[in-house]
Amino acid sequence: MMKYGLLLIALLFSQCSLAIVGGHEYVFDDGTPLENETRAQLFEKLAVELRCPKCQNQNLADSNAMIAGDLRRELYQQVKSGSDGDSIIDFMVDRYGEFVLYRPQVNAMTYVLWFGPVGLLVVGLICLVFIVRKRKQSETVSQNLSIDQQKRINELLEKDKGDDHV
Amino acid sequence: MKRWTLFIPFIMFTLLGLLLWRGLYLDPKEIPSALVDKPFPEFSLPTLIGEELKTQSSLQGQVTLVNVWGTWCISCKVEHPFLVELAQQGVRIIGVNYKDDNDAAIKWLKDLGNPYEYSVDDVDGTLSMDLGVTGAPETFFVDVNGVIRHKHQGVITQGTWAPLEKIWLSLVEESKQVVSQ
Repeated sequence: MMKYGLLLIALLFSQCSLAIVGGHEYVFDDGTPLENETRAQLFEKLAVELRCPKCQNQNLADSNAMIAGDLRRELYQQVKSGSDGDSIIDFMVDRYGEFVLYRPQVNAMTYVLWFGPVGLLVVGLICLVFIVRKRKQSETVSQNLSIDQQKRINELLEKDKGDDHV
Repeated sequence: MKRWTLFIPFIMFTLLGLLLWRGLYLDPKEIPSALVDKPFPEFSLPTLIGEELKTQSSLQGQVTLVNVWGTWCISCKVEHPFLVELAQQGVRIIGVNYKDDNDAAIKWLKDLGNPYEYSVDDVDGTLSMDLGVTGAPETFFVDVNGVIRHKHQGVITQGTWAPLEKIWLSLVEESKQVVSQ
């Protein structure tokens, strides 16, 4: 723990920042110390959020595919030279399609994906409200029997009692 | 409660079942290319043989298949004889030699035949990255104006060519109309 603390302090005061992704070290030293730190963080974030187009259930950080290595290198170079996250994501989407985003963009094609669960929840809540209301209604009906109905019940109960003795 | 509402869970189960059943027969590796109907990306690369500099403008004027290959790619060896056959039938094929060893690639073409009008040497994979290539072989159908019209992932053989030939023929037909105008 002490060792990491010292490393962190050393990094804070040094001119470069370090990102460790997929077991490799990536050094960011093209900008000011603050810029380097944000770039290292951006690199780590994007390497996890971008999907390897070859081995489809891994992100760029985890994948050993040749294409993932190439894309990590490209990502590193772009982040290092100060590109912002949006332009890098555009670069990837232009080439590999929306498929490479583990965090898909919000557009007409992904509305169901983004808002579907909330929609289902709302539908569920509406159903719940209906069911609860219906139950309450039927309870109140049973409590408010008309005089005629009560009379008939009493008659039936009487009759039932009589039958028991047979 | 109406009687039919009792069937709602059954209906939902059936719909879900149909959805998942259909999913069984989809190929998740088939990703729609982001480059279809876009101009072929810019490049400036030397040819494998002769080291002549080529750019994207060399694709225009004729319908072209751009085939991404490498000697390290086993499937490329599978489709190679068929590419040679296509080239003999007059299909214009241009190769992108993807991250390959030049000597090995030249030897490959000498031994197995060269179906390519030329192959560009994409040693760093820059063009392949701009093409959104995820592996080899991949083949792009480029129309007479240099616009990508279709991308085929995987091998082109006698077995897979039939639907591709339709695309090819329609592009050739289109190019004739462009020329006659």
